[in-house]
Amino acid sequence: MDVQSKLEILADAAKYDASCASSGTEKRHSADGKGIGSTEGMGICHSYAPDGRCISLLKILLTNACMFDCRYCINRSSSNVRRARFTVREVVDLTLDFYKRNYIEGLFLSSGIIRSPDYTMEQLVLVARTLRVGHGFRGYIHLKTIPDAAPELVAEAGLHADRLSINIELPTETGLKTLAPEKDVRAIRRTMGDLRVRLEEATEEKRRSVRAPRFAPAGQSTQMIVGADGASDRTILDTSANLYGSYRLKRVYYSAFSPIPDASAGLPLAAPPLLREHRLYQADWLLRFYGFTVDEIAPASGMLPLDIDPKLAWALQHRDRFPLDLNRASREELLRVPGLGTKSVERILSARRFRLVRSDDLARLRVPVGKVLPFVVLPDHRPATRLLDGERLVERLRPPARQLELAL
Amino acid sequence: MSYLAELASPVDLEGWRRWARAFALAGTPGEAIEWRVAGEAAGLFQPEPAPLPGAEAGFSVPRRFLQLAETAICHRDPERFALLYALLQAVLRQRDVLAVAIDPLVARVAGMAKAVRRDIHKMHAFVRFRAIEAEDGGQQFIAWFEPEHHIVEAAAPFFQRRFAAMRWSILTSERSVHWDGAELSFAGGVPRSAAPSEDALEELWRSYYAAIFNPARLKVQAMRSEMPEKYWKNLPEARLIRPLVESAERRAREMVAAVPALPNPQPQRPAMQPLGASAMADAQAVTRLEELRAEAAGCRNCPLWAPATQTVFGEGPEHASVVFVGEQPGDSEDLKGRPFVGPAGQLFDRALGEAGLDRQKVYVTNAVKHFKFEPRGKRRIHQKPNAGEIRACRPWLTGELATIRPKLVVALGATAVQSLIGKATSLRSVRGQVLKTDNDAEMMATVHPSYLLRVPDEALRASEYAKFVEDLRLVGEHDPSVRMG
Repeated sequence: MDVQSKLEILADAAKYDASCASSGTEKRHSADGKGIGSTEGMGICHSYAPDGRCISLLKILLTNACMFDCRYCINRSSSNVRRARFTVREVVDLTLDFYKRNYIEGLFLSSGIIRSPDYTMEQLVLVARTLRVGHGFRGYIHLKTIPDAAPELVAEAGLHADRLSINIELPTETGLKTLAPEKDVRAIRRTMGDLRVRLEEATEEKRRSVRAPRFAPAGQSTQMIVGADGASDRTILDTSANLYGSYRLKRVYYSAFSPIPDASAGLPLAAPPLLREHRLYQADWLLRFYGFTVDEIAPASGMLPLDIDPKLAWALQHRDRFPLDLNRASREELLRVPGLGTKSVERILSARRFRLVRSDDLARLRVPVGKVLPFVVLPDHRPATRLLDGERLVERLRPPARQLELAL
Repeated sequence: MSYLAELASPVDLEGWRRWARAFALAGTPGEAIEWRVAGEAAGLFQPEPAPLPGAEAGFSVPRRFLQLAETAICHRDPERFALLYALLQAVLRQRDVLAVAIDPLVARVAGMAKAVRRDIHKMHAFVRFRAIEAEDGGQQFIAWFEPEHHIVEAAAPFFQRRFAAMRWSILTSERSVHWDGAELSFAGGVPRSAAPSEDALEELWRSYYAAIFNPARLKVQAMRSEMPEKYWKNLPEARLIRPLVESAERRAREMVAAVPALPNPQPQRPAMQPLGASAMADAQAVTRLEELRAEAAGCRNCPLWAPATQTVFGEGPEHASVVFVGEQPGDSEDLKGRPFVGPAGQLFDRALGEAGLDRQKVYVTNAVKHFKFEPRGKRRIHQKPNAGEIRACRPWLTGELATIRPKLVVALGATAVQSLIGKATSLRSVRGQVLKTDNDAEMMATVHPSYLLRVPDEALRASEYAKFVEDLRLVGEHDPSVRMG
């Protein structure tokens, strides 16, 4: 099979993994003329596919042969999909050739499980080693970590990779047992725990000596599939909060379960719940950067509202806390105002040291003025009491129904 | 009186600074200055050429202003020089005016700088090199790009840091940059035809682009907002956008409508059964204690297993004569799968050493084998196990003690006491006595080392620690075989 056919199969096999970040790693360059590549902290998206996802890394599997039979996965052992396997050399050449033309920031390499976890991990590490040591590649490398792989393989993976990830796949063990019977949530968690210990030790060592060996400077991340099992948003967010707290993950990615060719029976054959996925990301942000807890944003019903964002939903349920005086409220309070992001809040805090913020100023802060105004008091604006109390407010703030994505 | 200030290039920050400094010192109002880039068309009126500002007397401006000016000057808006001069005057009136993001002038210039940064970022992202054979037979990489602002100079160093080992050029209609492996050089603009029109690798890149796209998640608006259409004509993959979008709906419909396929009659090799480490532990278990450890690894007797990482079983010699029982594993223990390795464990080790005891000779375990906690941001807050959880975990502790048959059990803290004697008992009422456990071993009780970490008062902490060491010393007197040496 030629490289082109392999690439078609093994990129198709990798596209259900949402992660594509190339940010958050150490700064490196090759201005000395040795090797090739650089990383500058901020990630770069070199292209976008019509699914709206960024293309930053060459995201492929080493092979889509797999001895696991995870029902949601196009590469499961019982699937009829065509199988292919790259050689180490082919992946290395593709990465370098694409990189030199500025198509990509680096490589995101994963693999089906073949022979054993150790063998599979060894193959992934071999690609990373060849790129780094053989070719002086200084671009970004993200490696999938195979649960329970030997410690020396994990150590070498961390030496070469910027980011490591292990997918938790489903928020509950029951879900995992049903849909991915060979996967073991305890092995996944043990490995995440081991990665956190190694990441923290490496940071500690680096503080003592610049020559200390590096370990995945961009940390670890994971992915949860949304909508393949019956788990509620509440369950998903509880699991995320647990994973962030336990393993200090950089990111939890949410991937709306998508129909695949050659799907196995018993899974929802429907359009992926993209809006639900979007609300989960918003909720995830509220948990990490806005001081909210899962209890506050995930309602008792267990599902986030789809028609409005979770912060607006929270604010509408806590109207007694509003309107807030934008010129006096604390940072924590401002972060809870619908329409205000972390950056706008910082700008408001900075600007109001010099003068009062008025309604005209909101547009200059590039915030959605119509969304903010009902919740704040300004020297020249006070929302009508009946507005904040009335049901019509929801109607007014609900975004128009999304248009179907059609022609260009 | 009006003045003409001529700049050497569209991004001549040094020139602008010289003029602006002189004008500001002279108190020249902004309306009296016409800014012009050398070689660009003049306006209708021909103002007086300004006298070359000679004043060396200077004034300082915040670094933040210069950084903003350096970026904003790349904007294509012809007003930029005048706006920057107006902003300079504002800064001279109020030094920290840049912190007032709601000031109309600050907002406007900051908006220009933001547009320039975005343009630079998009250039870093969307430049596509095409390889050609150089005269010496080596490879040379050439790209054609159409930036919106005057950013070639600002964007070039990035490519130098990244591709120093290659020879490359980026051509635009206004400005070109070349890297020969040693030096960065800039030249004028060239027509598009000066750049190569294809690269053999682009077919492979398009294959990747088509394969990584999921037709079931069409989000054209999201794509367009990040990759506006103006860039498409220079992106080799963009010619696929239309056909991919047009066929997406049909492909997604077909996937949804497809009858689930029969499983592959020749599936991939089935998974080997003993894969996980716990399964391996099962196979290798030889002693009763190892058997217990392997069983406990899969414990579901209470709900604490689910949010935790792993069961943390006891550790130490199979026939230790002294067993220490703590409360439950903490954050570090949960991650590492070993008891007493976190901060409390380190304090415990230190106290053991001061009491003359050897940790290698004793067995250390916990009453509850999973970490109970509440996630709070990036931390996990320890929570005390309740009676039901202690009871659910008791069989493991009983099993450990029945197998090891120690002469002495040391309870660290009230939870351990509760588990060992079967009922909630205050530590104070049993500390300093020798009691009997259910298994007929002798039992002593002292505080849990984590208590010593929590005592806020320094003097009290020291005296409590001394009492703890004293209790441990009593253990050594009771059973000299666990002493060091």
